[in-house]
Amino acid sequence: MSTTTLEMLALSVSMAVAAGLIGCLAIMRRMVLAADPLSHVALPGIGVALLLSWHPLAGALLMLLLAAVLVWAIERRTRIAIEAIIGVTFSVALAVGSVITSGEQLIDALLGSPGTLSGWEVGLGLAGPLIVIAFVLRGRDAMVVALVSPEIALTSGVNVKRMDLYFLLAFALTVGLGLRYLGVLLMGSLIIIPAAVARRLARGLNAMFAISVGTAVLSTIAGYYLAARAGLHSGPFIVMIAGGLFFLSLLRRQ
Amino acid sequence: MNVTASALDVKALSVRLGGTDVLHDLTFSVPKASCLAVIGPNGVGKTVLLKALIGALPCTGEIRWAADTVLGYVPQKLDIERDLPLTAGDFLRAKAALSKASSAEVSRALRAVALDESMLRQPIGSLSGGQFQRLLVAFALLGQPNVLLLDEPAAGVDEPGQAQLQQVIRRLQDTEGMTVLLVSHDLSVVYRHADSVLCLGRRRTCLGPPRTVLSPEMLQELYGAALSYHVHDDT
Repeated sequence: MSTTTLEMLALSVSMAVAAGLIGCLAIMRRMVLAADPLSHVALPGIGVALLLSWHPLAGALLMLLLAAVLVWAIERRTRIAIEAIIGVTFSVALAVGSVITSGEQLIDALLGSPGTLSGWEVGLGLAGPLIVIAFVLRGRDAMVVALVSPEIALTSGVNVKRMDLYFLLAFALTVGLGLRYLGVLLMGSLIIIPAAVARRLARGLNAMFAISVGTAVLSTIAGYYLAARAGLHSGPFIVMIAGGLFFLSLLRRQ
Repeated sequence: MNVTASALDVKALSVRLGGTDVLHDLTFSVPKASCLAVIGPNGVGKTVLLKALIGALPCTGEIRWAADTVLGYVPQKLDIERDLPLTAGDFLRAKAALSKASSAEVSRALRAVALDESMLRQPIGSLSGGQFQRLLVAFALLGQPNVLLLDEPAAGVDEPGQAQLQQVIRRLQDTEGMTVLLVSHDLSVVYRHADSVLCLGRRRTCLGPPRTVLSPEMLQELYGAALSYHVHDDT
């Protein structure tokens, strides 16, 4: 195995760990489906970045983080369900993105194209998951209490609004980290599917995190291996394996 | 100078939500270690009042808690899926971590609500309504609160479960000197446990001891229908 492949595997596995963890929090907050439309907002970011001759990932990340702040602000002001806000905002973003991104760039953006990573991309690819993992591990207690009741969290000294913003930013960062490997269309799946598997199989919170992370990492490694053998994009393989694990999880009676 | 300690002083409290005045110009005090019951028909703002008091809703007027106040809050109902893979222990450990409560404190909170420690391993979806409500009270007790806000804690709980909950709340008041703000539709419970009653009506509000406030005339005016309740014998 070449160093580049090892590097790529380390980056994608760390991204998978972050996706598995953030997916658990998302599924508990009933916003796991938001991962899918949220990933769409990256598309206009990629389009704008290419127009300005920026790195596509920079445009995607910037747009995702801005969108997270926008969703948070709209939810605070209007009290519309967060999934509805994300659904509307990001469907529009997909439409705009598909207009300003074209041809091969669009296919790469939709399906992911790891290509050759520059130094800063490797740095970001390792630092980003660490930030998300640290956020989940540090914030899980506050998240669980706020999940039970935002009012209880408030009386326990949790700044619920600020925590919501951090969660959305971590969520957006996770989506952004995976775009290079899975693309706009499939990144949401790596957040949704492992968490859905964990929800079916786990009996407690720690088990849920462990199963979700395990599913995401296993799908990523196996997906890479199969894609490399077939000489195709890894994204679809990763998602197909995660999907297969989900259907296997259905065999367990609850 | 009057030094009777108040746990809470509220002056001219108003809450406006969605262009509607839900609460208007409420003024009341709650002495320490006493129980204030909040009653009134559905939709008059009882839950809104509790949420305003803990700072979860914007309001005008003045809310002054005693300097040493530590709040414990039991919400009316939870918007949470009961089939999530969360155990009772996950719930309590999360709150304990936030409140920096020790495992001994978790055990004490469980004992206070008469729940067995083996319950910690059970998924929340497998708990009965009464067990879940008592778990929420245990949840509220972590962090050593001296004020408990209970929003219809017995709603949806069967009669034995309700009786157990009432005993728990009463015991906490008696043994720990807890100040309690209790929203309840059970006028018998209010009559027995409350030191004072705040009635929120659509046309007027009133405040006073249960014997005065819970008169047939007042209840008729408050609820728009004749109500009766049974006063249990305490002995």
